[in-house]
Amino acid sequence: MELTYEFLQHYWWFLVSLLGALLVFLLFVQGGNSLLFTLGKTDLERTMLINSTGRKWEFTFTTLVTFGGAFFASFPLFYSTSFGGAYWVWMIILFTFVLQAVSYEFQSKLGNLLGKKTYQGFLILNGVVGPILLGAAVATFFNGSNFVVDKGNLTDDFMPVISHWANGSLGFDAFLDPWNYVLGLAVFFLARILGGLYFINNIDFPELVARCRRQVLTDTVPFLIFFLAFVAHVLLKKGIALDPATNLFVEVEYKYLQNFLDMPAVLVLFLVGVVLVLFGVLKSIFSKIFVRGIWFAGVGTVLTVLALFLVAGYNNTSYYPSAYDIQSSLTIANSSSSYFTLKAMAYVSLIIPFVLAYIYFAWRAIDKKSITIEEMKSDDHVY
Amino acid sequence: MLASIDTSMIDWARAQFALTAMYHWLFVPLTLGLAVVMGTMETIYVISGNEFWKRTAKFWMKLFGINFAIGVATGIILEFQFGTNWSNYSWFVGDIFGAPLAIEGVLAFFMEATFIAVMFFGWGKVSKKAHLASTWLTGLGATISAWWILVANAWMQYPVGMEFNPDTMRNEMVDFFAVAFSPMAIVKFFHTVLSSWMLGATFVIGVSAWYLLKNREKEFALASIKVASCVGLFGAAVTFLTGDLSAYQVAKVQPMKLATFEGLQQGGNGVGLKIVEGVEIPKALSFMATRDIDGFVPGINDLMEGGYALPDGTTALSVDEKIQRGKIAITALGNYRKAKTEKNEEQAAIEMATLQENMPYFGYGYIKDKSTLVPNVSIMFWAFRIMVGLGSFLVLTYIVMLYRTWRKKHDNAPVWLNYLLLWSIPVAYITSQAGWIVAEVGRQPWTIQDLLPVNAAISKVSTGSVQTTFFIFLIMFGVLALAEVGIMINAVKKGPADVK
Repeated sequence: MELTYEFLQHYWWFLVSLLGALLVFLLFVQGGNSLLFTLGKTDLERTMLINSTGRKWEFTFTTLVTFGGAFFASFPLFYSTSFGGAYWVWMIILFTFVLQAVSYEFQSKLGNLLGKKTYQGFLILNGVVGPILLGAAVATFFNGSNFVVDKGNLTDDFMPVISHWANGSLGFDAFLDPWNYVLGLAVFFLARILGGLYFINNIDFPELVARCRRQVLTDTVPFLIFFLAFVAHVLLKKGIALDPATNLFVEVEYKYLQNFLDMPAVLVLFLVGVVLVLFGVLKSIFSKIFVRGIWFAGVGTVLTVLALFLVAGYNNTSYYPSAYDIQSSLTIANSSSSYFTLKAMAYVSLIIPFVLAYIYFAWRAIDKKSITIEEMKSDDHVY
Repeated sequence: MLASIDTSMIDWARAQFALTAMYHWLFVPLTLGLAVVMGTMETIYVISGNEFWKRTAKFWMKLFGINFAIGVATGIILEFQFGTNWSNYSWFVGDIFGAPLAIEGVLAFFMEATFIAVMFFGWGKVSKKAHLASTWLTGLGATISAWWILVANAWMQYPVGMEFNPDTMRNEMVDFFAVAFSPMAIVKFFHTVLSSWMLGATFVIGVSAWYLLKNREKEFALASIKVASCVGLFGAAVTFLTGDLSAYQVAKVQPMKLATFEGLQQGGNGVGLKIVEGVEIPKALSFMATRDIDGFVPGINDLMEGGYALPDGTTALSVDEKIQRGKIAITALGNYRKAKTEKNEEQAAIEMATLQENMPYFGYGYIKDKSTLVPNVSIMFWAFRIMVGLGSFLVLTYIVMLYRTWRKKHDNAPVWLNYLLLWSIPVAYITSQAGWIVAEVGRQPWTIQDLLPVNAAISKVSTGSVQTTFFIFLIMFGVLALAEVGIMINAVKKGPADVK
């Protein structure tokens, strides 16, 4: 099969989307941490919760880093436009993740300077702010941002920067669009649901597990409200698309609805994903012994988010529309790396199944036994 | 509206990157070095079955864990900064530079993240051999990560395997293997990683010496010193060899860096290597730079004024001429785009030819003040001497300690010697940081050598925002460093007896 440029751009958008989808699933670490004091009534219970997410946080962190790296490598114009423009959105996400990364190892150690509660506070901060801002950042893929791209600036001796924000807000304007919050909150409550389901699966302590089941129900209601509202908004809104005839960007009514109809496979992915999430959640709420809800909801989350990314980027759609200058909008075609680079990296990407395989085996080996109180008291690498 | 780059923003963006990179580099070398030490110890445990070695390995793993988290946490900041503070750079070379970052994520970070969990939580859950494999794979993941990020760094210093595409206004990769296995990347990898083994070894020796001073954990301390001295000595041998190769490469592709770390104003043939001002090894610099004791080494003035013969027989251009040609290249690029828009293919071809002819000097076209082409000579001169001088001292400690532990002469060591070993820990950190100062200050003002200076690589964000994030990082780093040191000291004080 000939690897055309167009195929490679679609292939890399798929991989970046898959990484983004896996990241949203792995935000169960953040969601779980946001529930630290809601679910954990004693120090020992909180220790179990922290150790439960503490054995997985590096996967979330690594997926975030790899998502960023893959986006940079395959669609560098997005990287330079969004990171250099929506400066503060990315910086706040960054600060909370940096604080989270040290908090596990530091929180219960002697000599940690700030005390246990502060580090647990950092975990909660990241657990709340991380998912909301990441969700809000992804919402801009549909709602647009105020930026300008002009590659000709490179020949401007005094101001050679090719892309910049069109106003002085440095990304704060993303907070003015309520629809960005709606997706941010949907992701936040989803992360909490996933966190609860993960604890049910990972911790062997009936009282805590019962509390998790109740909490999953509590978070499912706002999740459904925000998620369904955002989906309805996306299906009804205009999108920006490239007109192949004129090579110009135009506004298209119901663009995302049309994308679902034009790509039925993506629609199926989306619907199957939503059903799996609902099945995992509802069965976990109504059954007292069902512990595998995280896998159904996890796979469902990956499929749903993947489908949303695909409708944002495929079918000549601008995945990063400019609300300021429509012709500056980014598509997978105009923002991608060269044919050579995408092809070289496509070969490297063939190693991904092996990576997934060893993650699967290592995860299984560690999670063979659920976390118990006894383990928390006897293990010498308890956080 | 006429706009121009705010020069203070460039300085703040540079300061922020320097701060983050140097801070990150406090933790990475210890990760790389300790990984080898504890991997070796666990290997001895698996082979011998002696529980003493398991306990020894687990103690160093505990310190590894404390250090590892903060290294991971600070690495992501660098990745973000390429976009937030250096957005033009991200587009101009993202086609080449992004790939190593993505590959690093896929190949290395997941390996580290997966197997470090098995290393810490897998005792008793996986077999002895599987656990040992996980320990080594954690270290291998960190080392592969170093490979790809150093490939990216080496490429910035010696850009190869790419072509400029005027239609997309960026450099594009044309030869993956030229980038991934460039001679500079290979030398940089071995020099950086093996020098990290030295730092890890010195850390282990220093901490062990503290136990000896306190008359605690004697068997543990002496065994740890023996393993660490072997690792340190091997690391030192490769570091010195690749250090020499590195200087030879720098002389060829970044002669200004060589001239500044030697403080060589006026070049010549048969140039000596200064130990300090006034004391030099005759002809040694010429030999180091050209492999000929009478070879010509250009000084700062020669590089600025040109006119000397290059190894390929051509005459070196002056900086003024390079700036002139850079401006011609940038103008031709603008004209090319205009001709293309007007569909004037004939004119586009003419402009393209002009652009290609002057492309090697493209970045010089953005230079406003030619004095910025000379990195700070004092910093460079002393950083180089600190690196080599203190590095040599560390080698001496490995030789002495290997001899003393092997011959069992360190059982009742003099107090001063153990103090000296303890204080070698900060010495190793200073040496390591000095090495990066030589590498990075020495390439200023280039983000990409000769192609993109710092003033054309940045984002259009306000100076105030970059200043604010700089101080947030500074405070955050300061607090976390104090916490890290506090936790380390407590863990060391508790000692290996605390390990189950």
